[in-house]
Amino acid sequence: MKKSLLVLAVCAFASAATAQTLRIGLAEDPDVLDPTMARTFVGRIVFAGLCDKLFDLDEKLNIVPQLATSYKWSADNKSLEIKLRQGVTFHDGEKMDAAAVKYNLERHKNMKGSSRRGELAVVSSVDAVDPQTVRINLAAPFAPLLAVLTDRAGMMVSPKAAEAAGEKFGANPVCSGPFKFVERIAQDRMVLERFPAYWDKGQIHFDRIVYQPIPDATVRLANLRSGQLDFIERVAPSDIPQIRGDSRFKVAKIVEIGYQGITINLAKSDVSQKNPLGKDPRVREAFELSLDRDAIVKVVMEGEAQAGNQWVAPSNQYYGKSARIPKRNVERAKQLLKEAGVPNPSFTLMTPTSSDAQRIAQVVQSMAQEAGFDIKIHSTEFATSLNLADKGQFEAYVLAWSGRADPDGNLHTMLACKGPTNYAGYCKDDVEALINESRTSLDPVRRAAAYDKIAQAVQKDRPIIYLYHRNWLWAHTNKLSGLRTVPDGMVRVQGLKMN
Amino acid sequence: MLKFLLQRLATLVPTLFFVSVLIFGLQQLLPGDPAIALAGEERDPETIRYLRAKFHLDEPLPVRYWHWASGVLQGDLGESVRIQKPVTDLILEKLPVTIQLATMAMLIALVIGITAGVISAVKKDTWWDYGANVFALWGLSTPNFWLGILLILLFAVELGWLPASGYVSPFEDLKGNLAAMIMPAFVLGNAIAAVLMRHTRSAMLQVLSSDYVRTARAKGLDERVVILKHALRNALIPIITLGALEFGTLLSGAVLTEQVFSIPGFGKLIVDAVFNRDYSVVQGVVLFTATVYVTLNLLADLAYFLVNPRLRV
Repeated sequence: MKKSLLVLAVCAFASAATAQTLRIGLAEDPDVLDPTMARTFVGRIVFAGLCDKLFDLDEKLNIVPQLATSYKWSADNKSLEIKLRQGVTFHDGEKMDAAAVKYNLERHKNMKGSSRRGELAVVSSVDAVDPQTVRINLAAPFAPLLAVLTDRAGMMVSPKAAEAAGEKFGANPVCSGPFKFVERIAQDRMVLERFPAYWDKGQIHFDRIVYQPIPDATVRLANLRSGQLDFIERVAPSDIPQIRGDSRFKVAKIVEIGYQGITINLAKSDVSQKNPLGKDPRVREAFELSLDRDAIVKVVMEGEAQAGNQWVAPSNQYYGKSARIPKRNVERAKQLLKEAGVPNPSFTLMTPTSSDAQRIAQVVQSMAQEAGFDIKIHSTEFATSLNLADKGQFEAYVLAWSGRADPDGNLHTMLACKGPTNYAGYCKDDVEALINESRTSLDPVRRAAAYDKIAQAVQKDRPIIYLYHRNWLWAHTNKLSGLRTVPDGMVRVQGLKMN
Repeated sequence: MLKFLLQRLATLVPTLFFVSVLIFGLQQLLPGDPAIALAGEERDPETIRYLRAKFHLDEPLPVRYWHWASGVLQGDLGESVRIQKPVTDLILEKLPVTIQLATMAMLIALVIGITAGVISAVKKDTWWDYGANVFALWGLSTPNFWLGILLILLFAVELGWLPASGYVSPFEDLKGNLAAMIMPAFVLGNAIAAVLMRHTRSAMLQVLSSDYVRTARAKGLDERVVILKHALRNALIPIITLGALEFGTLLSGAVLTEQVFSIPGFGKLIVDAVFNRDYSVVQGVVLFTATVYVTLNLLADLAYFLVNPRLRV
């Protein structure tokens, strides 16, 4: 009796000693916590602790199984069969099986207000073949499908809870991830608690995670330095030397899958015809030649980015190697402007009010001035700038994209003729055909060849002048180990440990 | 009395109606399509269509106003589209935080402002007076966010005495709550203290030179009694009006301070909602604070009525 009491006491002590909370500082307050409805980048960081996905990404952007264990494409590439992990349950104890996956994919496709509909547009039906096998049938082959399933479209929520809550599901999400939802106080915090029945519980070393949105980067860092937070995302590049100088903290970074660029109004509206950049490709070429990307990276990002000229970074396997980053050449730029008959073209560069975007505009303005450009900067609040872009009321626009795992996610929506964010109004039959080929072919070699050709065409037409790919900059206490830097910028909690 | 009350109540209805029209109208002047702002990075056309229909964005303005106002009359302020939470819940969640912050800031402002004002009036043209004036100028000219960040760096990062930012409910941890609120309350209170100090000083100077104070002194009253009982009491009347106005402003949210200290109050709620074009939240919160303001005004009028017999004639 005495012995068992002692064992109990030791156990209780041990669990109290390991009762740990991981406190993460976020740069924004996420939107609704329902994978079907969610629309923000920052929301995905919280989902990484809350909702498991069919597939995940590793550090090298390879697609690895999570709730799935394996997959197989049919011979015609029009259906994908996925084997599911056994013994997985949702936070409410319901089984995560083929019926649940079918329910979720149909919910993504059919629910009113779903933000996943576009990503899954090509899915025609879903069959639960047996409890551990699900088959996704497609209207046409669609290479990015697996990558899409590594994000919110691949997140599975409890059908029972989703049915009961309807549109209000996001207020109390029930998924199958390592942590379950406890509470959310808007603009203050989101609290998650360890899910004891998690299928991979050996990888989980915290009892709670608290996500705190703190928009000001200086304050976020102050919270880390004063010990209120263990981890902060999106550190300001200018703060990196200071953190490196403090042995209590570590910096982690990885090049993002997104990009920062300047979209040019080629044919979105009548404005394009008055836009010297829109009217003549030589003026666009001159504009690009007047820019020094390395200098932009140094000045705007304090060197914490990789210069680039495509929708994926030069380190990506789908980077088009035939279209390299052009070197700055002011003389050639001047000559091109002379040939075009506009030695001093004037245009307005619209930019959101974020400090990065404003700095880009200023640096670009002074660089292009040396070649003869007269650029006026129009800074406007983000939502307004989007509206102007959507109406085509701009000449050039500094706009970033947070990136998707598959290159198609960085390309199709902006450069396909009917892409919803094709603000350039770009539409070329040959490029459209190549984009379609890159989406429908599952062969990486053929896809890479198509992207190479698209890169060449886009470099010639310049609907978007890509500038650089930021580093995701994270800082954390040096006691935290097991951090994985995946280019999608998500904080994976599996394996994280406080020493 | 009853007639006066009814009269005032009768003006309340058109005032609130006018306020609601104004809030709704001003919101429409915001550039940018809320559906596009809310649709996220992909801006899927289907999602945009759904959001437009859900918020009646494709209907004429009067119809949209009617949808909103009829909900409000039934006690439904709508729902935040961004986080799917009823606006009423959000208001109830933030209200205690905002009230606490405003009250603490006001207390700090009153204690510092009135004390400094009295001292500088009584010790006019001495180093005390100059010191208090320098303090007031400093308080008025120091930007809140700058002072906030400096305090965080000093008390949280360097000394480690206080948490850098964030909020804890007083029911969970009273000590933690006070530790988290003291810096933002000081930052807000500091600016108001400066205004109060300037007003207290001039009101006191005026009163101190009046006949009855001279009489009180001539009677041989203790100087402390003359200043605190005779002079300050009379000088306080305009200060209280000013304090009440400042308090009302604090209740509608202290945007920058809440942002710097991550205090989840009204200011942060409204700013986030404006940037995300979360219309129901903006409209609901502004209408709520306007109602509080109007009601407080009514109560103040009633108080004057009770206190000042001349009004009753």
